[in-house]
Amino acid sequence: MRNLIDITDLSVSEIDELIATACDIIAHPEKYQDACRRKKLATLFFEPSTRTRLSFEAAMLELGGSVLGFSEASSSSASKGESVSDTVRVVGCYADIIAMRHPKEGAPMVAAMHSPVPIINAGDGGHNHPTQTLTDLLTIHREKGRFDYLTVGLCGDLKFGRTVHSLIHALSRYTGIHFVLISPEELRLPTYLIHDVLDKKQLSYEETQDLEAVMPKLDILYMTRVQRERFFNEADYIRLKDSYILTLDKLKHAKQDLCILHPLPRVNEIATSVDADPRACYFKQAQNGKYIRMALILKLLEVESHAY
Amino acid sequence: MHIDAIQNGIVIDHIQAGKCMELYHFLRLEELDCSVAILRNVNSAKMGRKDIIKIDSVLDMDLGVLGYIDPGITISIIQDGQRVKKFHPELPERITNVITCKNPRCITTVEQEIPHIFQLTDRERRIYRCIYCESEAKK
Repeated sequence: MRNLIDITDLSVSEIDELIATACDIIAHPEKYQDACRRKKLATLFFEPSTRTRLSFEAAMLELGGSVLGFSEASSSSASKGESVSDTVRVVGCYADIIAMRHPKEGAPMVAAMHSPVPIINAGDGGHNHPTQTLTDLLTIHREKGRFDYLTVGLCGDLKFGRTVHSLIHALSRYTGIHFVLISPEELRLPTYLIHDVLDKKQLSYEETQDLEAVMPKLDILYMTRVQRERFFNEADYIRLKDSYILTLDKLKHAKQDLCILHPLPRVNEIATSVDADPRACYFKQAQNGKYIRMALILKLLEVESHAY
Repeated sequence: MHIDAIQNGIVIDHIQAGKCMELYHFLRLEELDCSVAILRNVNSAKMGRKDIIKIDSVLDMDLGVLGYIDPGITISIIQDGQRVKKFHPELPERITNVITCKNPRCITTVEQEIPHIFQLTDRERRIYRCIYCESEAKK
């Protein structure tokens, strides 16, 4: 039985396979409409989320399956003090696969150690968010047609931004990637990622605080939100939340085929006037999230291709 | 000061001065019935001062983890009054319930039953990381 806890649980060829399945789903959705009939997905969201939970639920419904679950810890037995391991043991009696979001880092791994059914990490604190990374990869694939020889700007909260961490892990396995890490000093990429991933693999990267200066060289610009829920100190959040705001003016010197991504939700780090720019890909990215999650559910449930 | 040589047991030598009680408690030596000698602040040509623990019993214990607690120590296995093996413990690949994760966001901080497991991720720099949240281990 497979789980998806960290993006590196998947090999490069498995990611290619998921992307190929997702592209086939996009081209021929009718083929897959009954692929998961009589299967149930449980969405256990101990932390509020809109798009990730709805994306998982839409994915399962489009595969002909059913969904159950909860959307905040207060409406689950966790509020009575139940452990993660007990929760998944019980839910595993009712569902065929579980997507879990939890504010504590490592909670989905603990779940996977005890669950009788596959666990998908739908985000654990500031740690990992592998299905967002799959979404990002599918979007890059559809917009750029490749994963190698790209200059990738990652901008905003690189310290707590789990989507950034997972994306760096994923892209670090391809050739010719140059990372441009754009953040305020306090929100720099954690040193363990710099040492254990970038330095260890001898990857090309630079750190800067100046988004406009690096804009002309970027093939991809991945914007992130400064997340209020990751700060213990409100004053720090207020001080840092508007560090970077992407506007049309700042895009003047960007490449014409730049691909602007954002895991969403956006607060004000991308001006709404950018939405109409053809380089803005973040709403397409959100849609891709459903397709790649459909592909992932099929893979983890080991649904054979003759079923669709 | 005279300490009898042991016949069958273990000598843990070259412990950093002042650290022997940490090892004593970690190995739960207080639970043993056999003789255990603790020598503190012994003169050492190599270290200046060092601690030594002598255990007069053949024990079935995981000594590898001692390499994490104090990388400089030497372990000698004594049989019939003779040293039959001497080694420096290697850094173990995994250590369980030796240290706790200090990341306040880690699941181990709220669920007490979860074992605290750390994986060696960089042998050269002696870095262990929590398997759940990947935070670096801090002693």
